[in-house]
Amino acid sequence: MRIGVFVCHCGSNIAGTVDCPRVVEAARGFPHVVYATDYTYLCAESGQDLIKTAIQEYSLDRVVVSSCSPKMHEETFRRAARQAGLNPYLVEMANIREQCSWIHSDKEAATRKAIDLVRKGVFKVSRDQELFPSFFKVNKDVLVIGGGIAGIQAALDAAQGGHRVTLVEKDQTIGGNMARLDKTFPTLDCSSCILTPRMVDVAVNESIELLAYHEVEEVKGYVGNFDVKIRRKATYVDWSKCTGCEECVGKCPARIYDKFNQGLGRTKAISLPFPQAVPKKVTIKKDFCHFFLKGKCRVCEKVCQFEAINFDDQDQIIERKVGAIVVATGYEAFDPIAYLEYGFGKYKDVITSLQYERMVSASGPTMGHIKRPSDGEEPKTIVFISCVGSRDRAKGRSYCSVACCMAMAKQAILTKEHIPDSTSYLFYIDIRAGGKGYEEFVDRAREEYGAQYVRGRVSKIYQKGKKLVVKGTDTLLGMPIEIEADLVVLAVGIAPPQDAPELAQKLNISYDQYGFFVESHPKLRPVETNTTGVFLAGACQAPMDIPASVAQGSAAAAKALGLLAKDELEASPIVASVEIKRCVGCFKCEAVCPFSAIQRQELRDGIMVSNVISTVCKGCGLCGVACPTGAIKVNGFTDEQILAEMEALLL
Amino acid sequence: MDISNTLDQKNGIKIVAFLCNWCSYGGADAAGTARLKQPPQVRIIRIPCSGWINPLYPLKAFNEGADGVLISGCHPGDCHYAEGNYYARRRLEVLGHFLPFMGIDPQRFRYSWISATEAQEWQALITEFTEKIRELGPIKKHVEVS
Repeated sequence: MRIGVFVCHCGSNIAGTVDCPRVVEAARGFPHVVYATDYTYLCAESGQDLIKTAIQEYSLDRVVVSSCSPKMHEETFRRAARQAGLNPYLVEMANIREQCSWIHSDKEAATRKAIDLVRKGVFKVSRDQELFPSFFKVNKDVLVIGGGIAGIQAALDAAQGGHRVTLVEKDQTIGGNMARLDKTFPTLDCSSCILTPRMVDVAVNESIELLAYHEVEEVKGYVGNFDVKIRRKATYVDWSKCTGCEECVGKCPARIYDKFNQGLGRTKAISLPFPQAVPKKVTIKKDFCHFFLKGKCRVCEKVCQFEAINFDDQDQIIERKVGAIVVATGYEAFDPIAYLEYGFGKYKDVITSLQYERMVSASGPTMGHIKRPSDGEEPKTIVFISCVGSRDRAKGRSYCSVACCMAMAKQAILTKEHIPDSTSYLFYIDIRAGGKGYEEFVDRAREEYGAQYVRGRVSKIYQKGKKLVVKGTDTLLGMPIEIEADLVVLAVGIAPPQDAPELAQKLNISYDQYGFFVESHPKLRPVETNTTGVFLAGACQAPMDIPASVAQGSAAAAKALGLLAKDELEASPIVASVEIKRCVGCFKCEAVCPFSAIQRQELRDGIMVSNVISTVCKGCGLCGVACPTGAIKVNGFTDEQILAEMEALLL
Repeated sequence: MDISNTLDQKNGIKIVAFLCNWCSYGGADAAGTARLKQPPQVRIIRIPCSGWINPLYPLKAFNEGADGVLISGCHPGDCHYAEGNYYARRRLEVLGHFLPFMGIDPQRFRYSWISATEAQEWQALITEFTEKIRELGPIKKHVEVS
């Protein structure tokens, strides 16, 4: 056995804390090590060439690269080894950057630790076996979850790439939060005017199967071969007959909370969310329908000329097989009820920015007239408060919601256009206008539209007659400030949907403490997840505005297309395998396997043993621990290897 | 703050941590990327899943002189392999109760859940656990069994 050890300086990232030449010196003394060297940047082309040359020159048959996390560059160094003619699975990494040099300041301790970690790598690699990937067929269809602008973009792009797309939307229409907006910054484009053509594109695209009012129930399988169960929620309306004429809506006696309009105004128990809905079909909300509650009414049934009403409708589960999944479940507006000092819910004239958006919109409940919810009068003094549910540790929301500063500036402009003699005061912490044309837009709001920016937080809002007194501090003047406002608009932050963790668990992807889905790498793999074949788009991953969501939708589609361009995919050989001689056929492995990757196989007459379907196995190793005879091992993480690693560390 | 201690180095206090590839190893990496200082006595072994931990590993580690053993995986419900950490939780809980019979102080053994984004939680955990092991001192390698 001839092992080569390569120690990376990573500039000063490692060499600043770890004495690399000393690590090399120590490595030369480890068993089977015939060559060891250090280099400034091993991941650079020259560094990789150094490894390749050494493999050939010194006939190395095992390599330990001691540098950053394997999550960063394992692929890079495996590829380099393969190019030099070495089986890529004979490469191990010692993580002396993220887990050593970056977290220690004592050079002596860090160097000792680095030596231990390299020894661990050497001990492990000497027990590595050559491994060869297997190949499996790929289903070419794509599932997109969420029909907001990011999901729409991903679906259209994937369809354009020649794939059949299933777009699942939990609401009865696609369009998402963008459909709620009146205008978009920084161009003041009408939101529906740019969104609804895209929604129609989805509806008419023959490659896209639009499943509105559906939810993903279960996801099984793996990249290239996902089996998805989707719940069709009962609509109580036969959509193949409904034309969206809204005859029934006018006659329905049950007036209910209007989710689309964020509670401004009321809608009916049978309704369309908004006139341009796609698909333009009504649904009955069972919990509010008089017939379901009291057993009589059925007015909609009587007025429907198309006999589309079906009170016996039931939820149904449908199944689809897809090769890749794009998750674009978007966001919900932060619920400002937690800010007791702002009195949201207590004072009618304190509203959220999304409610204000519906108010300004010509298709909204007030037909685009800005009115105080309390008395319907036109407000003249309007106060906007930023960072409600953003940048606020006390409320458990440390992150910046990215879009609200700009949305607030836009709303100040729109307010001035609607009510020329109005004054807008905008309380802010910082103005975050980092985007193309954004800073200029804020300048316009200030200079052309007279938006009054006040730097500081609001401490209290209280009623005084018909007015709301907004108390705060102007931190630039260092003085308290009180404004008597007619209307207060809270620029609420972007929060992940409540059920985001539930979906993450169905998809086996990670989510952070807020519920945003976690990407594979924050910089280099922004739309991929740790589950191969599942991609992220839009605000489900992090707060982002429309241009970023659209870009991510396209990026996720491009990633899916790249994956599905191949007819066969390579399955990692880091999977379980059974040593048939030791298998006693107890099938404990079969019982614990989460992926049904264990097959019973008849060895000879009546003698059954386990067999691992290597393309289905994900290499978690549960079977190996359950096996009473030690017949199952996971390649690359065998008991022998882990015990050797331990031995190396504890010498 | 310099958390290292030359006395520890001399006494060779060593903690072996088994971290699952998907959550906790990522969390430890994230802590590194954020330059969160940690005690240098910890040595991490990467494993696919906390459910992959055979109770043999921590026992063997103690036997070979580890002064503390930490196992960490994804939070229950968030396992990359759907349910591996449920098996781990049950198995490791039993193991913890079993340790005194082997003459091992159960305080030297810990299992936890750290996600790939919980860098600070990882730093806090490993700092506190190392402090605990430091208090307990080096493990006695051979225990006389009467």
